[in-house]
Amino acid sequence: MSQQRDEAQVVLRLEGITKRFGALTANDAISFDLRRGEVIALLGENGAGKTTLMNILFGHYTADAGRVEVFGRALPPGHPRAALAAGVGMVHQHFTLADNLTVLENILLGTRSLWRPGLGRAAARARVVQLSADFGLAVHPDARVGSLSVGERQRVEILKALYRDARILILDEPTAVLTPQEADALFETLRKAVGLGLSIIFISHKLHEVMAVSSRVLVLRHGRLVGQVATTETDRHQLAEMMVGAEVTMPRLAAAVPGPALLTLSQVCTPDQGAQPGLKHVDLALHAGQIVGLAGVSGNGQAALADLLAGLTRPASGGLHLAKAVPQDWSPRTALAAGIARIPEDRHKTGTIADFSLTENAILESYGEAPFSRRGWMNWAEAERFAKQIITTYDVRCPGPDTRIRLLSGGNMQKLILGRALEPGPRIILANQPVRGLDIGAVSYVHSRLVAARDSGASVLLISEDLDEIMGLADVIHVISEGRLSPGFGRGEMSPVQLGGWMAGQGFEVTNAA
Amino acid sequence: MEIFDILVSASFWAAMVRIASPLIFATMGELICERAGVLNLGIEGIMVIGAFAGWMTVYAGFGLWAGVAVAMLAGMAFGALHGVLSVPFGLSQHVVGLGVTLLATSVAYFAYRLALPEVTSPPKIVPFQPFEVPILSQIPLVGPAFFAQTPMTYLAFAVVAVVALVLYRTPLGLALMAAGENPASVAAQGLSVTAIRMGAVIVGSGLMAVGGAFLTISAFSSFFFEMVNGRGWICIALVVFGGWKPGKALLGALLFAGFDAAQVRMQQTPLGAEVPYQVFLMMPYILSILALIVMSRRASVPAALMVPFNKGER
Repeated sequence: MSQQRDEAQVVLRLEGITKRFGALTANDAISFDLRRGEVIALLGENGAGKTTLMNILFGHYTADAGRVEVFGRALPPGHPRAALAAGVGMVHQHFTLADNLTVLENILLGTRSLWRPGLGRAAARARVVQLSADFGLAVHPDARVGSLSVGERQRVEILKALYRDARILILDEPTAVLTPQEADALFETLRKAVGLGLSIIFISHKLHEVMAVSSRVLVLRHGRLVGQVATTETDRHQLAEMMVGAEVTMPRLAAAVPGPALLTLSQVCTPDQGAQPGLKHVDLALHAGQIVGLAGVSGNGQAALADLLAGLTRPASGGLHLAKAVPQDWSPRTALAAGIARIPEDRHKTGTIADFSLTENAILESYGEAPFSRRGWMNWAEAERFAKQIITTYDVRCPGPDTRIRLLSGGNMQKLILGRALEPGPRIILANQPVRGLDIGAVSYVHSRLVAARDSGASVLLISEDLDEIMGLADVIHVISEGRLSPGFGRGEMSPVQLGGWMAGQGFEVTNAA
Repeated sequence: MEIFDILVSASFWAAMVRIASPLIFATMGELICERAGVLNLGIEGIMVIGAFAGWMTVYAGFGLWAGVAVAMLAGMAFGALHGVLSVPFGLSQHVVGLGVTLLATSVAYFAYRLALPEVTSPPKIVPFQPFEVPILSQIPLVGPAFFAQTPMTYLAFAVVAVVALVLYRTPLGLALMAAGENPASVAAQGLSVTAIRMGAVIVGSGLMAVGGAFLTISAFSSFFFEMVNGRGWICIALVVFGGWKPGKALLGALLFAGFDAAQVRMQQTPLGAEVPYQVFLMMPYILSILALIVMSRRASVPAALMVPFNKGER
């Protein structure tokens, strides 16, 4: 009896989905059901086949074998329109919005036959406003998408799916680009959607999110469905094991023995950059052999500090001292010459050049110097040797040094950047969100490398919005809020709740008055 | 003083609108292509083929509107060639566009020589005649400028209205603008980026050819070599000047044409006797460049202009 009721509740069924790309089997005979009002988390490392599977479901790819049923009817393979019509809505990892159109226009795109005159704006607008209210998706329908924040854009993507009467929502790593607050708002929306009878597939590799939102977890590894558990019957540790196929250990850190200060800021101010606050009378010291963690909510001056240390901006007032000397002309050149290595926040936009090869990307910061060039002539053999060295030492999985870097996964791209930054033996490492969007394996690798750099005497500034990461790695924690920097707190000195208070801006008044 | 005389003469305003007409057609054509994400540098050659095809049709004894239709079809054919090479094949749009311009120009000249091997002076046809709109054409200055033109000029203004309406008020226009901004957004809705871009290039090229035909069957009465004379390139700049918006692009076309009409008249003033005429010829271009610098500062280029779309590439 209960079996029958379950049957009736199945909204989506995948049977034996197999997809190969050349020699690689991205999906290997995957089958599962999704029921009404259920949130399934699809968990797996980068490259486990999650996105491929969802692209098959949505019709972007055609499977080599297997079938997809939505509400009991088979979906013709390879037709996104059929999937949309059947009530499947997808929120892609990289948004599919046109920046020059308004929110409303983006939502309307493709909802009407192209040959119909008129858009029916008024009626559509009313419906969008209603949906925004029902699902808690605050966004102005007439705002131009280009002017929206990342969180708002994601809301537009969800509204697009809801506007098309999606009954099944697929979210591909929706929190990768969100601040913790925005992620919480998203989870709230998902709960409302489930309450209204929608079903959700939530793709992620962040365990705590999976535990927070899902009712069932499916784990993919190397293209195979290796496990299926109810969320209430599992924990983070077990899921992590299922994901990587081995037990995961958090790095345990010995206390650091700090050396001399390599870089100090005293009462430094920088101007605001639009909505991004500048620094307000910041004092900071980066010591050799120490990891300094910078905690804070995104957009509170992290960018200003990172830009300053990278040499992209200069202090408007206050002093920047390098091992007691004041640099004459502070620029990215002098910063590099002073031994500051940078792991930029956005590896796609500022960290790499997508259509350059690994070799070219590996020498982006040093191509003008020996041994990569001499008397104005490039030494490509030397550059390639360097790239190969990074590839082996840092385990960058790629076909070879001539590969265009855009073809690499985020984790492997980050490993190349890491190698480029660490290989010359820098004195100061500026690591801005170094593990954002990476899978567990890559995260622990990056962390272990940063710790190794610390142990060999480098100073590391770790900027992160993930408090767990900061508390796990940093020897000294500063909190940044509206451009103001808190005093440094030692390892274990503060609880997450206390740090949260500083992140919300409490405690600063006292410091400033002093 | 002379400039004031020019500005109050009805013939100046009439000339401005007449000179602007071919630019309006071709600019709208280019604008459609670029909004969909394809830079169409075939414009110059497509205008030449339009000028030839339109004229040849009328010369062969068919009606003037048949000439417009044939010019449009010829333009669409070269547009289809440009589209196939630049959209599904994803070749460099610069190279494809310049190639189409060279090919279309040569084909037009060659066909002209084949059709009329032994003429010394270009033969004439009877072009479109001005149609004076009752009452409205009597308004001082505005009347002769806007209401005593040939039917093709009226058509040019109608085209601007239609392009603006389709772009901003229909699902098709939305899809077209999205294809030029972020093609992935179009593909995610299950629409074909290839079809939308191909359609835009073909229709846009048709309009360019009609602009070319205006020269031979409305403004003048014969076809001769070098008659398009860089107007296509001006239209590329006008699209930028207009910030990819039909209304502003129309203003740009009128402004450029105004400079051009003014310089011809200034050559005949006492000033013209002292200054070399080449200086006057340069004037519209220099003023256009200055206007372009001012106007295009804040314009936003379609983000995916000249970016081929390959489904499945990261």
